[in-house]
Amino acid sequence: MKRKYIAAPYIIWMSAFIVLPLIFVAYYAFTDKAGGFTLKNITAILDPLHIKATMLSLELSLACTILCLLISFPLALVLRRLNMNNKGIIILIMILPMWMNSILRILALQMILSKNGILNMILSWFGIAPLSIINTPGAIVFGMVYDFLPYMILPIYNAVMDIDNDLIDAARDLGASNPSVIWRIILPLSKPGIISGITMVFIPCLTSFVIPDILGGGKIQLLGNVIEQEFITSMNWHLGSGLSFALMIFVVIGLAFSEKQEKKDRESLVW
Amino acid sequence: MKKRILAVLCAAALAATSLMGCGGNKEPKQQITVFNYGMYIDPAILDQFTAETGIEVLYEEAMTPEELYSKYSSGAIKYDVLCSSEYIIMKLMEEGELQPMDFTQFPHIDSISDDVWEFCATFDPGNQYALPYFWGTVGLLYNKDMVSEPPTSWDVLFNGEYSGNIIMQNSMRDAFMIALKYLGYSCNTTNPDELAAARDLLISQKPDVQSYLVDEARDEMIAENAAIAVVYSGDGLLGCESNESLAYIVPEDGSNLWIDCWAMTKNCDNPEAVYQFLDYLCCQTDIVAQNFEYVYYPPSNADVRELLDEDVANDPLLFPDFNALENCEVYQLMDEDTTALMDQYWKEIKAE
Repeated sequence: MKRKYIAAPYIIWMSAFIVLPLIFVAYYAFTDKAGGFTLKNITAILDPLHIKATMLSLELSLACTILCLLISFPLALVLRRLNMNNKGIIILIMILPMWMNSILRILALQMILSKNGILNMILSWFGIAPLSIINTPGAIVFGMVYDFLPYMILPIYNAVMDIDNDLIDAARDLGASNPSVIWRIILPLSKPGIISGITMVFIPCLTSFVIPDILGGGKIQLLGNVIEQEFITSMNWHLGSGLSFALMIFVVIGLAFSEKQEKKDRESLVW
Repeated sequence: MKKRILAVLCAAALAATSLMGCGGNKEPKQQITVFNYGMYIDPAILDQFTAETGIEVLYEEAMTPEELYSKYSSGAIKYDVLCSSEYIIMKLMEEGELQPMDFTQFPHIDSISDDVWEFCATFDPGNQYALPYFWGTVGLLYNKDMVSEPPTSWDVLFNGEYSGNIIMQNSMRDAFMIALKYLGYSCNTTNPDELAAARDLLISQKPDVQSYLVDEARDEMIAENAAIAVVYSGDGLLGCESNESLAYIVPEDGSNLWIDCWAMTKNCDNPEAVYQFLDYLCCQTDIVAQNFEYVYYPPSNADVRELLDEDVANDPLLFPDFNALENCEVYQLMDEDTTALMDQYWKEIKAE
């Protein structure tokens, strides 16, 4: 019984910063300005304007997640192969940007990509016409990849490094080629890392509003921007909470799916 | 070295006076709690005021109007007097949180500009609650080298000439204000047809807009990434100081004029001390001049120009001509239906 004391701080933390705020969000989401019960704020997600914003959010988040995956997995493979003592240093360098404030990095990126920015200046030295990258969906995806890449690299790197060398040696002994070692041994065994990487990148992308605001020049409206507008400009906390709640439902479905996958993988590991 | 000696002397003098204050003062100490935006007063003025009057000032700060409002409404601290944007003042007035001030008890009240009083009266009828502090406008910051001729109207944002080189304000109210003013309507309209016309105008403008920004607009203009941007006068001024090619104007079709005001809360039980403080801060011209050097916005005090250097006093950016601002309006509180409609329209514009 005494051991329960150890849990107390976490319970206080969870109720103060997770459960209570969630209850507030739910309260606002299911009430109207007069305080009566309503589902209007949740179903507002089906408004064509909001569907458009949601679809765009999903598209850009998906693009970002795939790009992060395509960068991280090969990196982990290469690092595993490298005969280097200081693999940790390479990982440190890759995640170093996390030590700087994300807004600062995005503002820096804005300066690099802008019309008279550093990128276009360099391009002009080579006689290439200035590109208009800033204020496009592409710029937003680029910013998201830049910002969230470390969250994909870390879990995948850990999963790939944890794979026992004997398993790979065994596969080779049995005549497996390189691609089939990657495809049939490393990939399935690093699945838990890949899945947690995907969740840690996809969900923040889905809800982000600062990156689209800064790199999209306020011209591209994602669901996060709509929610921000409801809270900050229109002071309609009910609609803002309703949309957040609807978004949360998406996220929970996604999480439940990945959790199930992970469990299945763990079981298969035993075998 | 000299400076260091001076600092030591100052510290000693300060210690001595404060010790004397502790020993000699037998009257009950007067105290007021003041609530203001950050960086919005020369901190030395607070000490000077206490030294001259013996009234102690407890000073609290907020960064944004919304933060100020929620900090006030939480009721954790009993504020006597606060400074905020006119729409927050209106909200507090409507909620019965303020008490009227007796401006006849301000010895130097005549120094406040009649023009500013007039604008205040549009939201505070009879000038009972709000004492204007600093004010400003929304206007166009443009690059003289990138425009064919200096703009005089919002027209440059809508005629397509500067397509791709325009930065709009990423704020619903200001964006609609511009479209409404350009169409010849009031920026405080509640007429859905007029709002729909403004929405259509803003949608047709969107392809020409490079980006919708707030604070970054100034930096983008300094970096010469765009020809024209909609900014607040304070940003306009900073922009012009950082890049000589830039200039700021308030379009003749009219714009928004904002006024930050002081108001006394209903909790204040020592109005005399508040009157003394506000008279000192806003009406006593030498103090206003000192404060102006720090805050660098146009003050409500009309006499302050006489105390300033000629080139500062005659800078049209710092001290605009009120005759040129006759088409400007102060934002009124919007009713809920109009807010919801404008909100919907703004999302439609952004979704295009």
